Amino acid sequence: MAERQSVSTAERLLRDPRVLIGGAICALLLILALFAGWIAPLDPEDQDLGASFEAPLLWGGSDAATADAAIDPDAPRHWLGSDNLGRDVLSRLVHGARTAVIVATVSALLAGVVGTLLGLLAGYFGGRVDALISRIVDVWMSFPPVLLAIVLVSLIGTGLTSVIAAIVIVDWTRFCRVVRAEAQAQTALDYVTSARMLGLPARRILLSEILPNVAPLLITLVTLEMGIAIVVEAMLSFVGLSVASGATTWGGMIGEGRLYINQAPWLMLLPMLAMIVSVLGLNALGDGLRRQLDPVVRR
Amino acid sequence: MNARYFLRRLLLAVPTLFGVALVVFVLIRVVPGDPVAMMIPPGATPEDIARLRAFYGLDKSIPMQFWLWLQAALTGEFGTSITYKQDVMDLIAERLPVTLELGIVAMLVACLLGGAAGIVSAARQGRWLSTLIDNLAAVVQAIPDFLWGLIFILLFGVALPWLPISGRIDTALSEQAGGGFVLLSSLLHGRWQIVGSDLLYMIAPALALALPVAAMIARVLKASMQEALASDYVRLARLKGLSGVRVLLSEALPNALIPAVSLSAVQFAFLLGGTVLVEKLFSYPGLGNLAISAVVGRDLPLIQAVVLTFAVLFIAINLAVDVLVLLLNPRLRGGSH
Repeated sequence: MAERQSVSTAERLLRDPRVLIGGAICALLLILALFAGWIAPLDPEDQDLGASFEAPLLWGGSDAATADAAIDPDAPRHWLGSDNLGRDVLSRLVHGARTAVIVATVSALLAGVVGTLLGLLAGYFGGRVDALISRIVDVWMSFPPVLLAIVLVSLIGTGLTSVIAAIVIVDWTRFCRVVRAEAQAQTALDYVTSARMLGLPARRILLSEILPNVAPLLITLVTLEMGIAIVVEAMLSFVGLSVASGATTWGGMIGEGRLYINQAPWLMLLPMLAMIVSVLGLNALGDGLRRQLDPVVRR
Repeated sequence: MNARYFLRRLLLAVPTLFGVALVVFVLIRVVPGDPVAMMIPPGATPEDIARLRAFYGLDKSIPMQFWLWLQAALTGEFGTSITYKQDVMDLIAERLPVTLELGIVAMLVACLLGGAAGIVSAARQGRWLSTLIDNLAAVVQAIPDFLWGLIFILLFGVALPWLPISGRIDTALSEQAGGGFVLLSSLLHGRWQIVGSDLLYMIAPALALALPVAAMIARVLKASMQEALASDYVRLARLKGLSGVRVLLSEALPNALIPAVSLSAVQFAFLLGGTVLVEKLFSYPGLGNLAISAVVGRDLPLIQAVVLTFAVLFIAINLAVDVLVLLLNPRLRGGSH
């Protein structure tokens, strides 16, 4: 026991390959999102109809690009090819990462705050509060989440804010259910009982006694939710309901690329790979964090 | 069978259903503002609009509107679809069997794949095969059905065009196959050509739906198998000299099955929810595809009916799960608590 504690949490985290690989992928995504304007070689919306459907350089179809370069040596090179409108795929992927990171972070955090608050209240107070909140969760869980998100966005209108709002409205229950159970278990423990006997106000007990003990679980849930949010945003874009056409999204790229799968399969493949890598990275990070931070799993 | 538990569970579904109806009503009637504004044809006179409002009961108070709407919903009167110009319930009745057949086949695939992987992984614990299966399951589970669908479209649509990736059945057979539960009825009538075509078209969408669920089943089954394999009765069976396979399948498996079954039943509801996008991806003519067309066409009567149908399906499945778990678990069966 003493030996185990001598290894600090940070050290333990850094030894877990899941945390390392997942963390690296997430860091890369974050860098792409923050510096998209500098990293992307070209404007993601810049059309060049003369250079449409150029294959990525390693695709084996680089002849067209070389031919282009022979005619016009100043023509921009499309490292990952170009789409039907001649837009640069690499630049679109980088800017798509920005949209994905914004949607994932904001919606996961907001869903986390709403779900955690309601879960804490239900778990701590029990009784009628719990019955009411649990009933609402039951009702929410009766809808297919994706369908609910699609219907919500179609009703409140497309755009970044409504996509985030829809994800929060649909997914807060994921946090609420887990936090409620955990808060219920914590409330039964001695430290909460003694805090109650000391006459501490409920708000103080919830936020500074119970919440810190639920925190490791929350970090994991937020990482997993970020992965879910990226996919949900892509689904909404795919159906044509996401962010307005001005912003570049991976889902939108997939939806457009789907129309040209035989002619230019990379248009669908590349944003798909970007999404798969992000989702796997977030999952690995969440899984690793849970294993290292949760005392029950670690035992 | 604990009748009182079942009754309590059934009664709990009533407020949930009511809540679901309320949410759908609020979504459809209150959020988008005036539903009539979306239905009126250009050039309608104010009298026309007033008549339309009265026809839909929109001139009454909101609680009254909800009451009227609830009555209509309970009798299955959702009106006429705006985009399809057809009775909404007829459309649902036509599409629901398609989704159910796809969902059930996908679930069977998930149980078979996940079950086999879980058992093998538990049996080979500590060997390379077990490690491989565990890591594979973690990766497969992390990728949601929508992404699997996209992967299969690229795989079977472009790279290895062996499988159809669009539609429900070969167009040459569709006339003969008709509608409804095509797979079931052609199985019963021994029309193997239709069965074959139906299954062939089902492979890609069903796999996309099944893979994440299969991985989840494999992980849960493996964990509970390990627990069962470490227990006294399995050790006793081993001491009695029963063969390894026998111990695994007839001693450990039945006891390890309960958590896996209750999880897979819950996952079945999520799998059905996944059909919404997967059917869209594969142009599979089911309820999910209908839902997307309804949303894109802003077809409010159809949207509310589809959402309600899915919700009722979810509630019914969850109810069935609870009963199933009760029937399977001898500790919860009988006795009153």
